[in-house]
Amino acid sequence: MPGPSRATDFARGVFDILPVLAAAVPIGLLWGTLAAAKGFSPFAAWLTSATVFAGAAQFIAVDMWRDPVPLLLIVVTTFIVNVRHLLMGASLQRHLGEFSTPGRLLAMFLMTDESWAFAERKVLGEALRPAYYFGVAVSMWLVWTSASLAGAIAGRSLGDPAAYGFDFAFSAMFIAILAGFWKGPRTGAVLAASAVSAALAKLALAGAWYIVIGGLAGVIVAAVLHSEQEAAEADRGDAP
Amino acid sequence: MSADLLSLATIIAMALATYLTRIGGLYLMQGVTVKGRLKAALDALPPAVLMAVIAPTVLSSGPAETIAAVITAGAAFLRLPMIVVVAIGVAAVIALRAVV
Repeated sequence: MPGPSRATDFARGVFDILPVLAAAVPIGLLWGTLAAAKGFSPFAAWLTSATVFAGAAQFIAVDMWRDPVPLLLIVVTTFIVNVRHLLMGASLQRHLGEFSTPGRLLAMFLMTDESWAFAERKVLGEALRPAYYFGVAVSMWLVWTSASLAGAIAGRSLGDPAAYGFDFAFSAMFIAILAGFWKGPRTGAVLAASAVSAALAKLALAGAWYIVIGGLAGVIVAAVLHSEQEAAEADRGDAP
Repeated sequence: MSADLLSLATIIAMALATYLTRIGGLYLMQGVTVKGRLKAALDALPPAVLMAVIAPTVLSSGPAETIAAVITAGAAFLRLPMIVVVAIGVAAVIALRAVV
């Protein structure tokens, strides 16, 4: 039996991601204005969003941007902030069975926290079809690059984003995404461990190591709590 | 190297470093069965990393950001649309910065 057409799948992907696109517009505008304030030309801002295409890393890089540009520090920080992609990709690649090899390489290039989260949610119910994934991911790319470019062009005329509270939009969006990962008290323990470790590490260490330290703290708590759950299952005698 | 060239080189190097993290995942876990404790750890990684990214803003910027984060989280748990959650968060931080 043939499944839905590619066009239908693509449109479903675009429709599913619409709320995220709406949130990405002000955040892309904000990043563009911050980049322009640090001397990025509109083309440089667009190029960054088009090729790096990673919001958190882009915000942190622009924050670190000064003259002369600390290339090595920024690239190492970018890598650290994006190390999470390794694990996201390791999880996502299990579901790319219907993708061609070039399709996989493009799918990974376009993988963001949001497109990854939508793909992982999709595979809970059915196979991940390429047209659906690209509907999600390509529309994210178009919106993010367009909003960044518009922000960089409008740039200086918009003034300081913090004056409007737009600097908080980034944190607010991540809080909204985080809520989608909530699975109960154990998630709370993971988040608490991550938040406290990251905040302390930020005070103690330069650069973006606090992200890795917070992430690892959360992962360790998850692994530890998992073993307790296994033990509880063994006690009840329903272990596999 | 001129300032423009250095900026361009930095952007390209950032893009390569980022693509390396994205493409690496395809090969990282080849032949590894992800289950049990490893799966629990992998599943926890995205929320743990997202939390770590915003923790300094949320916990150590000041009372306005911390309270606004709690309000935002409340809105997020009501399963309001993401753009509404972001709007509530931004409105809260503006209001709180004015009074705190």
